[in-house]
Amino acid sequence: MKLTPGAVVKGGTSLNYKTGSWRDQRPEIDQEACKQCGICQEVCPDDAVRQQGDHFEIDYDFCKGCGICAHECTAEAIRMKNEEK
Amino acid sequence: MTKIKVVEGSEAVAMAVKACRPQVVAAYPISPQTHIVEALARMAADGELKAEYVRVESEFSAASVVSGASAAGSRSYTASASQGLLLMTEVLYASAGMRLPFVITGVNRSISAPINIQVDHQDTISLRDSGVIQLYVESAQEAYDLHLAAFKIAEHPAIMLPVMVCMDGWVLTHSYEPVEFVEQEKVDNFLPPFKPENFLDVANPKSWGSYAEGDVLMEFKYAIHKAMSEGKAHIRCILAELAALTGRDYGGLVEAYRTDDADVVLVAMGSMAGTIKDAVDDLRREGKKVGLVRIRCYRPFPHEELSAALGRAKLVAVLDANVSIGSEGAVGLDIKSKLNGRPGAPMVVDFIAGLGGREVNAGAVRRIVERTERIFSSGVPISEAEWLDLNPAIVP
Repeated sequence: MKLTPGAVVKGGTSLNYKTGSWRDQRPEIDQEACKQCGICQEVCPDDAVRQQGDHFEIDYDFCKGCGICAHECTAEAIRMKNEEK
Repeated sequence: MTKIKVVEGSEAVAMAVKACRPQVVAAYPISPQTHIVEALARMAADGELKAEYVRVESEFSAASVVSGASAAGSRSYTASASQGLLLMTEVLYASAGMRLPFVITGVNRSISAPINIQVDHQDTISLRDSGVIQLYVESAQEAYDLHLAAFKIAEHPAIMLPVMVCMDGWVLTHSYEPVEFVEQEKVDNFLPPFKPENFLDVANPKSWGSYAEGDVLMEFKYAIHKAMSEGKAHIRCILAELAALTGRDYGGLVEAYRTDDADVVLVAMGSMAGTIKDAVDDLRREGKKVGLVRIRCYRPFPHEELSAALGRAKLVAVLDANVSIGSEGAVGLDIKSKLNGRPGAPMVVDFIAGLGGREVNAGAVRRIVERTERIFSSGVPISEAEWLDLNPAIVP
C-alpha cells in the first residue's frame, strides 16, 4: 500500500483500528447494581460505552481500560479486573 | 508601471502578503513582528485585503488557525517572533507532517532567559528540524520579494510544506528603505490561486495526520525529508522565475559575494551580510582574498551551491547568530557535516556572533578573518566555537 502525503485518509477509518488490544485492565458492569445514570458513557474518552436498550455495555474493541468509568460510577457498579488473554 | 516607495520593512512584508491574496490571516502580536500584523489588520479592516483576519489568544492558536485554514484549502498566513515562534513549535511540526502549506514570517529575536527583544537567530534556528522550509533575507526589498515566492514554494504540489521567511527584527522590520513593488496583475500571474488535491470537505470527510506506527512512521518522515530535499530543484526554478518577474536576482539558494578566487570565505545569514560585504570590500582593497556566502535557503540546506561557492578556499569562517548550547552554532555544524570526507576540504571555524543584538560591525568581521588565519597557521585545529567579542571578565 502506497502512503499518502500528510497521512490523509478517508474519514472514519479509525474504526478499523481496534485499540482495545492496548488494555490491561477490563471494566465490567454489574447490571444488577447499575442505576443507569449514564455517567460512564459521558466520561469515556474513547466513546466505548454504548447504551443498548435499557442497559449500558462496554465496547471492548475500543475500550483501553483507563478506568475512568469505574472511578466515576455513582453506584460502584463498574469493577476493573485484570485483563486475561 | 512599477512603483518605488520608501517604507518600513514591516510594511513591505504586509504589502507582499496582501498581493498574494491570502484568504485567512491569524496572528498574535509580539515585538518586533507587531507592525506587520498591524498593517495587515488595518488592510483587512479597510477592505483592501479580502481575508478573514482571526484575532487569536496565543501563537499556538495562530498557528492552529492557519494550519486548519490550509487544510480547508485556503491560502493562509501568520507571523511571529521569539517566544511566540517557540509556542508555535508543536503546531509547526504537525503542519509539516500533515503537508499543509502556509507562510509564516519569522521575525528574528533572541530567546529568553534573560529576556531580550533584540535580534539573533536562536528562535527560527530552534525550528530548523520541524519540516518548515526556512528562507533568510538581507533587506526589506528581499523580504518583499521572497514573500511572493514563499506561497508558491509552499503550495508546489511536490513540496506542500509551510515556508518561513526569516527576517531580522528591528534591523529589517523597523528600518525604512526604498522598496519596489510588483504590479498586482504580475503577482496574480506568478501566483495562481491555491488549489490543493486534498481539502476538508463535509461531503467527503477525510482525516489528516492519521495514526502511523513504527512500520510506516519512518517512511512518512522520509517523505517529508524527500519533499524538502528534492524541493530544492523547484525552489531554484521559482526563485529564477521571481528574479525574471522582479528584475532582482540574489543568486538562488545562496548568494556568493566575491568568492571566485577567495582564500577565506565568510558564511552568514540575514542582515549582517550587508556589513560583511562592506568589510569584504575593505579587505579586498588591502589585497586579502576574502569572500562571503550568504545562505538564503537554510532548510532545505543548499550544500551543492555552498560547496560550489566555497571553491578552493582554504578557510571558512561561519558567523552563527545562534548557538546549540553545549555544542556550536547551527550553520557551522551543518557546513562541517557536509564537508566531512571531501578531499582538500577547508578548515571551518564557527563564530557565535551577534547574540541578543550585539553589533557585528566591519571591525568584528576583520577580527574574525584574522582569528581564523591565526588558528590555521597555528596548525592546531579547534573543535569548539569561538564566541566573538566575549567579555570573560564578567561571565559569572
